[in-house]
Amino acid sequence: MIQYRYQGSGFADWRAALEQYTREQLLDMFFQLLRIRRVEESIESRYHEDEMKTPIHLVIGQEASCVGVCGVLTRNDLVYCGHRTHGVYLAKGGDLKAMMSECYCRANGCAGSKGGSMHLLDKNVGMAGASAIVAGIVPIATGAALTAKMRDETWVSVVFFGDAATEEGAMWESLNFAALKRLPVIYICENNYFSVYSPLSNRQPAAVDIFKKAESFGLNSHVVDGTNVLAVREAMTTAIGRARSGEGPSFIETRAYRWRGHGGTGDDSASGYRDPDEVTLWQQYCPVELFSTFLTENKILDASRRQAMETHIDGEISAAFEFAINSAMPTERDLYAHVYSD
Amino acid sequence: MPWADALIESQSPRLTPPLKGRALSYIDALNEALMLALDLDPNVFILGQGVNDPSAMFGVTRQLEQRFGSQRVFDTPLSEEGLTGICVGAAMTGLRPVYCHNRPDFLLLAFNQMVNHASKVHYMDNGQTNVPLVMWAAIGRGWGSGSQHSQAIQGLLLTVPGLKIVMPSTPYDAKGLMLAAIADNNPVLIFEHRWLMKQTGIVPGGIYNVPIGQGIYRRRGDDITIVGSSHTLQLAMQAVDSIRHSYRQQCISADIIDLRTIKPLDKEMILASVRKTGRVLIVDTGWAMGGVCAEIGCLIAENCPGSLRFPVRRIGLPDVPTPAGYTLEQFYYPTAEKIAAVVIEMCA
Repeated sequence: MIQYRYQGSGFADWRAALEQYTREQLLDMFFQLLRIRRVEESIESRYHEDEMKTPIHLVIGQEASCVGVCGVLTRNDLVYCGHRTHGVYLAKGGDLKAMMSECYCRANGCAGSKGGSMHLLDKNVGMAGASAIVAGIVPIATGAALTAKMRDETWVSVVFFGDAATEEGAMWESLNFAALKRLPVIYICENNYFSVYSPLSNRQPAAVDIFKKAESFGLNSHVVDGTNVLAVREAMTTAIGRARSGEGPSFIETRAYRWRGHGGTGDDSASGYRDPDEVTLWQQYCPVELFSTFLTENKILDASRRQAMETHIDGEISAAFEFAINSAMPTERDLYAHVYSD
Repeated sequence: MPWADALIESQSPRLTPPLKGRALSYIDALNEALMLALDLDPNVFILGQGVNDPSAMFGVTRQLEQRFGSQRVFDTPLSEEGLTGICVGAAMTGLRPVYCHNRPDFLLLAFNQMVNHASKVHYMDNGQTNVPLVMWAAIGRGWGSGSQHSQAIQGLLLTVPGLKIVMPSTPYDAKGLMLAAIADNNPVLIFEHRWLMKQTGIVPGGIYNVPIGQGIYRRRGDDITIVGSSHTLQLAMQAVDSIRHSYRQQCISADIIDLRTIKPLDKEMILASVRKTGRVLIVDTGWAMGGVCAEIGCLIAENCPGSLRFPVRRIGLPDVPTPAGYTLEQFYYPTAEKIAAVVIEMCA
């Protein structure tokens, strides 16, 4: 039985919005979507080799959320996320080679093999932290916004989490405090309808939308089509404007579907927790291909431009795998480094 | 970084507290430490339920809001986990929060952030981020505080890598350890004890540092080593003094080690003393099982079993929740008399 259906309206109504962006911005949005998809597919295709000994959580089907959000951020804005890190890390500008080295548990991984796939970070570009405890990162991102406010900084704190994080107490403790202190923080709830195998219907009453709950805490709150990069970007533009001008926190619920299982490779819907037809249905609303078609129809993208992007990304991915595989392993001494800070 | 200069100037690793000088109450010593820290470094801020209320954390945070403003000293919602995470995020981005709680029992609500996040961020980031966070709480005892308002939970946290835990026993140490904790670039837990707060002692003005991770001898002697911290260490000193008084002929002399910090432990100081005396009694305000007493007992068993002339003894709390009534408490808590009896038995 199909439980969760696409509720958006595709790109039909977004033709006018194109005028807000330069051609380069639109092509960059597409490039980011395509790059994240191809990186995820490449990890998936080599995971069976059992050399990337790290639990992966692929973002395939949900790419528009992180690309739409990070597109309006500067390098100085700080981004935090949960365990599904790959898309956010890449969209914020995280180094692909260091990410692959981390997946291969190498000494030069972005966290020196101490974080793994669930804890990618790149401080140089503001990819500031990730937690594998659901909602664990939400108060931390809120605390970063407290720093921004107390020091009168211009940067904004943004945090990504899933629908299940809104079942944790720390989530609401954070929203309450952010609204109380009017902190420059933006909460991105990537609602993909599942927490591991548990559907949203087992966890939350159907009659209350997640973004409505956040609104009741005093946040500027919206729901958007999480497969549409332009819809996400529009909501984010409003939110960042509010944050930068001292109008306080915002909450954006993006609805998209997890094409793969919670962790690992492939679609696991045959195990019975969701209808395989539901996955097929959602695949008609591919964040990458629908945007590609839309840009092509509007003469922004053409086949040769796309091919050039594909070739560039393929080369980048091959180089990153080669870099990671040929990188040195950490030593026993590294195990004991950084338990305490000097 | 104002901290580095101020503290290097005052470095005195094995400083014996002065015997002469200005007397200050335990609470005023803590209050002065917070005043100095707020004054020295604009990144320091103080938060906690009631830090600006009339009781002001037993007086520890008195006048801080008036002097430094409500941006830097503020009351909080009752959201221990959320606020601890907020402190972690603030610390990761350059602030130095001091989060105050009336009782350690409330920290149990914040374990996710303390154990899964604060203590591990620096390691998981491979050293890229640090968490200069202070969590402060005062252990209660007596007057019906009972099972949920008098727990000494340091033993539960001893096993968590990345945390530091200090437990002062004098006004001098309370101030110096608070300043050291705020200056430290790691999460530091400070467990005070309510019953120490009535003390007065010699406390120098200005900034000084009691080094984290180092113990201090409170007494020197040859017959037995007594090791512990906080209020129970004070009880042990009273016990030894009473033995000297009552059993002069026996001439029991003790090495009394005040740990000051229980994580990381000053292992060398403990082992050197036990190798000399051959007898060791470990005392703690918390449960004996699996806590500070157990860890130090194991340290000795692993490192100098041949030096022991008498089996290791420990005095902590029995494996029982804290009773509320004084009628049961009398059987529950260590006292100077109970400690003295064990010392006499060990040295007989």
